[in-house]
Amino acid sequence: MRVGVITFPGTLDDRDAARAVNFGGGESVALWHADADLKNVDAVILPGGFSYGDYLRCGAISRFAPVMKLVIEAAEKGMPVLGICNGFQVLCESHLLPGALTRNSDLHFLCRDQEIEITNNTTAWTSSFAIGEKITIPLKNGEGSFQCDDQTLAALESEGRVIARYIGENPNGSRNLIAGISNARGNVVGLMPHPEHAIDPLTGPSAQGLGFFTSILNAMVK
Amino acid sequence: MATIVVEVMLKPEILDPQGNAVASALPRLGFTFAQSVRQGKRFEIIIEAEPTPEQLAEVEKAAEVLLSNPVIETYVVRVEK
Repeated sequence: MRVGVITFPGTLDDRDAARAVNFGGGESVALWHADADLKNVDAVILPGGFSYGDYLRCGAISRFAPVMKLVIEAAEKGMPVLGICNGFQVLCESHLLPGALTRNSDLHFLCRDQEIEITNNTTAWTSSFAIGEKITIPLKNGEGSFQCDDQTLAALESEGRVIARYIGENPNGSRNLIAGISNARGNVVGLMPHPEHAIDPLTGPSAQGLGFFTSILNAMVK
Repeated sequence: MATIVVEVMLKPEILDPQGNAVASALPRLGFTFAQSVRQGKRFEIIIEAEPTPEQLAEVEKAAEVLLSNPVIETYVVRVEK
C-alpha cells in the first residue's frame, strides 16, 4: 500500500503526513509538485501548509502544479485522495471537491485542539471510524471557513457527503459546521483539521487521527 | 502600452470578514459615512499596445480560470485609459 505525500513549495505538514501513513501501516512515498510522475502510488495525500505562500488564493497556484494534473486524472478514475487543510483548499480549487475555503469569520488564525464528529464512514478515508464517533485533533488555519451555494450545500447534506462536523461553537464560520466533505464517489476527501498531528499521544492531543490512515488500508484490502 | 484591469470581488452572499473589519475601523477614526465595506482584488496587466478583442477574450479566460474562483468571486475586465 503506497501512499504518496505531495510536497509543494511552502508545504509544512508533509513529514507528519508521511509519518502518519507509516504509523498506520502504509508505505509513504514522497512526491514533488514539479514531477509529472505519481511513482505508482495507490493513494495520495495533499498535506497542509502554505503552498506558494497562499498567493492569489489558498491552493490557487498549486492546482496548476505538474503533479496535480496526474492527481486529478487519477482521482477521477477512483484513486483515493485526501486533502488536509491547505490540501483541502487545493482540492476545491481543482474542482475535485465543491465549494471553497474562505477567511475565518473572526479573521483570527486558529490553532487549537478541536473536537469533531465523524458523520460518514463509507469513504476511502473514514471507514475505520464509527458514525457519530467524536475525535479531538488539531485545527490550525486562517482560511478554514467552508462556503458554497445553497444548492451545493443541500446536495452535500442529502447525499451524506459531509464526512465530519465541528462540535460546539463554530470555529470559523463554516456552513453547517462542516469540517470535511467527500466527492460523490467517496474516494476524494477534504478535511480542515489535522489528523496527521494526532496519531500518537506523545506528540498530539490524542491518537484519534490515525483512523484516516488506517481507513485507506481497509479501502485497498477490499 | 496599455493596461488591462481585472477586478475581483467576493460574491455578495459570501461573508467578507476583512471588509467588515475595515467597516468597523472607519468610525473609530471618525469616518462615519460607510454603511458597509467590501474588500476585493485588483490586477493590472500591462500589454504592449491597445488590446485586440482576441487578447481581451484571453484575459477574460484567465480571469475565470486563475485570477478568480467562480465559486465565491466575480470579476470585471476593462481597459484602463
